[in-house]
Amino acid sequence: MSDTTQPKLDLVVIGNGMAGLRTLEDLLDAAPERYNVTVFGAEPHPSYNRIMLSPVLAGDKAFEEIETHGRAWYVDNGITLYTDEAVVDIDRRRRMVISDTGREIGYDRLLLATGSTPFILPVPGHTLDGVISFRDIGDVHRMVEASEKGGKAVVIGGGLLGLEAAYGLHKRGMEVTIVHLMGTLMERQLDPTAADLLQYSLTQRGLSFRMGAKTAAILGDEAGRVTGLRFDDADDSEIDADIVVMAVGIRPNVELAKTAGLYCEKGIVVNDTMQTYDPRIYAVGECVEHRHSVYGLVAPLWDQAKVCANHLAYRGHTQYEGSVTATQLKVTGIDVYSAGDFSDAEGTETLIFSDVRRGVYKRIVLGDDRIVGVVLYGDTRDGGWYFRLMREGADVSGFRDLLLFGQAYMPPATDAAEAA
Amino acid sequence: MSTLTTRTTCPYCGVGCGVNAVVENGAVSVAGDAAHPSNLGSLCSKGTALADTVGLDGRLLHPVVDGRRASWDDALDEVATRFGEIIAEHGPDAVAFYVSGQLLTEDYYVANKLMKGYIGSANIDTNSRLCMSSAVAGHKRAFGEDVVPGCYEDLEVADLVVLVGSNTAWCHPVVYQRIVAAQENDPNKKLVVIDPRRTATAEGADLHLPLAPGTDVHLFNGLLAFLAEHGFDGDLPGAQDAVAEARRMGGVAAVAAACGVGVETVQAFFELFAQTERTVTVFSQGVNQSSAGTDKVNAIINCHLLTDRIGKPGACPFSITGQPNAMGGREVGGLSSTLAGHMGFDAAERVQRFWRSPAIAHEPGLKAVELFEAIESGRVKAVWIMATNPLVSLPDADRAKRALDACEFVAVSDCMRHTDTVDRAHVLLPAAAWAEKSGTVTNSERIISRQRDFLPMPGEAKPDWWIVCEVARRMGFGAGFDFHSAAAIFREHAALTAYENDGERVLNLEGLADLSDADYDTLEPLRWPVYTIEALRAAGAMPARQDSRRLFGDGIYPTEDGKARLVAVTPRGPANPVSEQWPLALNTGRVRDHWHTMTRTAKSARLSAHIPEPFVEVHPDDAKRYGVIDGALATVSTALAEAHVRVIVTAGQREGALFVPMHWNDQFAAKARVGALANPAVCPISGEPEFKHTPAAIAPFEAAWHGFILASRPLRLNGEASIDYWVKVPGERFYRYEIAGLQTPDHWAATARGWIGVGERTADWLDASDTSAGRYRAAHIDAGHIEACLFVAPEPAALPERSWLASLFTGEPIVESERAGLLAGRPADASKDVGPQICSCFGVGRNTILRAIGEDGLDSVAAVGEALDAGTNCGSCKPEIAALIEAHAGK
Repeated sequence: MSDTTQPKLDLVVIGNGMAGLRTLEDLLDAAPERYNVTVFGAEPHPSYNRIMLSPVLAGDKAFEEIETHGRAWYVDNGITLYTDEAVVDIDRRRRMVISDTGREIGYDRLLLATGSTPFILPVPGHTLDGVISFRDIGDVHRMVEASEKGGKAVVIGGGLLGLEAAYGLHKRGMEVTIVHLMGTLMERQLDPTAADLLQYSLTQRGLSFRMGAKTAAILGDEAGRVTGLRFDDADDSEIDADIVVMAVGIRPNVELAKTAGLYCEKGIVVNDTMQTYDPRIYAVGECVEHRHSVYGLVAPLWDQAKVCANHLAYRGHTQYEGSVTATQLKVTGIDVYSAGDFSDAEGTETLIFSDVRRGVYKRIVLGDDRIVGVVLYGDTRDGGWYFRLMREGADVSGFRDLLLFGQAYMPPATDAAEAA
Repeated sequence: MSTLTTRTTCPYCGVGCGVNAVVENGAVSVAGDAAHPSNLGSLCSKGTALADTVGLDGRLLHPVVDGRRASWDDALDEVATRFGEIIAEHGPDAVAFYVSGQLLTEDYYVANKLMKGYIGSANIDTNSRLCMSSAVAGHKRAFGEDVVPGCYEDLEVADLVVLVGSNTAWCHPVVYQRIVAAQENDPNKKLVVIDPRRTATAEGADLHLPLAPGTDVHLFNGLLAFLAEHGFDGDLPGAQDAVAEARRMGGVAAVAAACGVGVETVQAFFELFAQTERTVTVFSQGVNQSSAGTDKVNAIINCHLLTDRIGKPGACPFSITGQPNAMGGREVGGLSSTLAGHMGFDAAERVQRFWRSPAIAHEPGLKAVELFEAIESGRVKAVWIMATNPLVSLPDADRAKRALDACEFVAVSDCMRHTDTVDRAHVLLPAAAWAEKSGTVTNSERIISRQRDFLPMPGEAKPDWWIVCEVARRMGFGAGFDFHSAAAIFREHAALTAYENDGERVLNLEGLADLSDADYDTLEPLRWPVYTIEALRAAGAMPARQDSRRLFGDGIYPTEDGKARLVAVTPRGPANPVSEQWPLALNTGRVRDHWHTMTRTAKSARLSAHIPEPFVEVHPDDAKRYGVIDGALATVSTALAEAHVRVIVTAGQREGALFVPMHWNDQFAAKARVGALANPAVCPISGEPEFKHTPAAIAPFEAAWHGFILASRPLRLNGEASIDYWVKVPGERFYRYEIAGLQTPDHWAATARGWIGVGERTADWLDASDTSAGRYRAAHIDAGHIEACLFVAPEPAALPERSWLASLFTGEPIVESERAGLLAGRPADASKDVGPQICSCFGVGRNTILRAIGEDGLDSVAAVGEALDAGTNCGSCKPEIAALIEAHAGK
């Protein structure tokens, strides 16, 4: 049986982001002739690498450098691309998608890759001019534009995205204060020691912090422009701001799926082959919820795309079983890496390296001789290696004594045998 | 800009190698003296590293009285007064000198003269008692005089060299290399090693007899009987009795059973010996240090006398002595059992006449072990110790410690400020050290060599002979000690050997009695006896005696009847047999790169690197039986004391036996003075202690953690509550401490900071902890320089190699990449890790050699030498290189 004997099926992809495109790439590798493909993208640009928005904001990279698929790629692969055109409805009975321009395209298979939307704190003033989220290239343009006038920026959210936004604005000459609800930065990714090192290092670079601070309201002038922020504290203290960047989290973009009657919880619920409750409809990326988990990082997308593409190619033996995620902060000169669970849970053992003068801190948490969590600060060269060991569930007892020092210090096999 | 080369003599073992010491712009380097007949230009690892040991670290540079710096006048007066008072009140036998084979002949001479001729007691004994007095006694019984009949050349000429109780490869490396070189050129030459241990020497032998400890007499009696069976029938006095006694051993099978060696092996040895006319039997401490030491010596000499193999090229029994001037000490009478100039107490009247001294000792004095017993019991109330460290080297050394603690007056002449012995002195007299001393020494082949000073005496240090003469003068004996140079003393010594000597004493230096100062200064190495041409001619002995290389070839011995004697010896076991409580036989001895109590060799980083820690060698079955593990720590105990040492499990050790080196002491280890464990049983004839056999037990040292510290400055770990084991290993620009403890400290970081002395919180400190695995690593950096690093793990094998970390102590700031890997304990690129040092001379590490063998396909010691220089200098690491090649080939 060969693909050429079968008529081509129609595949429609909603979302021209990283998850959808990676799935398409994998699918083209596996079964280049099986589908006629149509892609809808709500943003005007062809695809770009969203995780590289921070370097663009910081001026370390130009937008062109982060574009991944130019229009030619779509043409070369026989893919029909509609950009700046959002799909507003799915007619599952007729197997048709309907766009905001009224275009109707039929499908045999449908892939939802609608991503996520930034969460906006519903505080008074959140709709003021100058309140910006940090999600797409449009947000970056808005921030760059605002920064050109100088002034003060407040970033709400001391997580990965917030810190990257703050750093970018700082680099562009703004006076930046980070407002964080929790006592330590990136609390989901870093242990307190690493977080303190990070905050110290960012402070050294000129960033200011309001830790443990809850935002009561965003303040504005008569023209509807942001002027500052009021905190929910004992003396209702305020801080001036020319822009406020909200980076307090993301929400899976499930609106369309819900409208189409697909089962959603936090995200669009999929099974281990990335199928939604409608077996013709798949979903990948930040919009999905798999085994009660939603992901906001890139690595799980790759895993999901692989499984989904295989399945679409009728080679569907693989299953997605969830991802262990790793985080890396993209702030020049500050290396932070974290993965897994690094709380000192029952039955875990902790390895700690600390070289304060050099600004290096590493913490590896083991459970049953396997890495279950890792936090690296200052020297993240081995993040990938630890992550691989963690994902593979590798027994590290044989080289536990050198684990903290990284792959470069692993004894060569021959020496190890000799030493044994 | 000046270069001065001085020809002098090595101060280590009794081989007596000539050394060229070069001082160039203040920097010292050494090389072998190619013109010296004993070493012909070679040096061993210790000799090669002599330049490392001439630094002034730790030197005693001024007199000390009761712990306070004093003038020479005050210190000398104090010694003279205290000795004088005690002699006046309790008689001359209430005082004693304990001297050393490290002294020069001239030092020895005046010390002996003072005690035996002026104080009037024979209570002067030397540490040579501990290593070769059995040979002295054996020689006297057989030959009538303490004479080594052969020379090193005989070892090369011989077709069979038998090494008995001698790890020659490590303890007399240059002699060993001469033997090996000769044998390499002639495949018919054979080397037999008789030693309970499979030592580096045994590795290179054609035949190794790993006999049970203390069965040498059994073996050589067996050999004597075998020789008698096979047609050797001497008519010397004692021959019949000796052979009759030897025959009681039974046949070869019975001998083999008694010695615990295979019958074929014993048979092969006996046949080889019987067949080989040119046989030299070399014996050393393994024979001498026994409660039957003198009998062992005679059992060996008996075989040579029966076969008439003495005094002929390539044929003689050959005692090789341990110290640089043990022989010189024997010549002047430094042993309490002889009087002077190879004369006994029967010659008291003659010696007194020669000395014109107010007194003379008529009876032998106390021998080393008895001497310290007498000090402990209070019979001897004042002792003057010169150039030796009896608290480490004596058996039951804790008794020696108690004895000195109880002694009314202890004077010590030494060049070090702190040794276990020095620390117990009332008066400390700063002596000149090797590089600063001038005089003569005699080696194992009767060659007298000049030791010449090439560095000025530092501080207020003085030659030992000067110190003795000054004390003698202050005791009122000025006339007998009016010496203004070592040469003057030597002339008197030479004259004494010739005094009324009509041939009854072989030791005769008459040809040197009138040596001018200038001739003394330029004296070439020469072998005694040294007759004047006139005297020889008059005696009509010119042709036979012109060649002093070999003695007794004419069959004439310095006995009353002119004949040598065989001594009937009855085999007997060690004085204290093993028991249920003490089931193992503890043996002690040397390692290759350390000397005695390490006061000198520990100054050399490369020497310390060869074997950094005190250890115990255990047979694998014993290790299993007593639960000790290779590389871990063990407690070795005897009825007297215990030691904490590193375990080496090796099939080279006999089952039922243990070996612990003699060198380590309280300056270098928490508890490793093996002398404290050794039983004070002595040979009834020689008084030499039985170091080679003390009943002992071994058990694991149950350390909760093991670790090491490298520090740029010395640390004080003595008395640190949580450190139960420590060993100090001096390195190049650092000190290494191997440490262990019975309990794990609660807070590693705080504890480690305390040991290293890093108080401030802001100090540059990096650490890595794996608390649940019991691991902790830390380092302290100061201004970019590594000050200290510490590694702790539950098992010694889990600690990194020390060599790479040690290489970071360069005096230069460490670079970023080194800092990153510092606590990994290894460079990121494994090819930079040279591994533990094998070749001390060139500083070549084990990994370097292994890589050369593995990657470059080197398959011989010579090839490794060509590629890496390893083993090409002193050659004493060749057996280890050979073992690495063999291990690689076997993989």
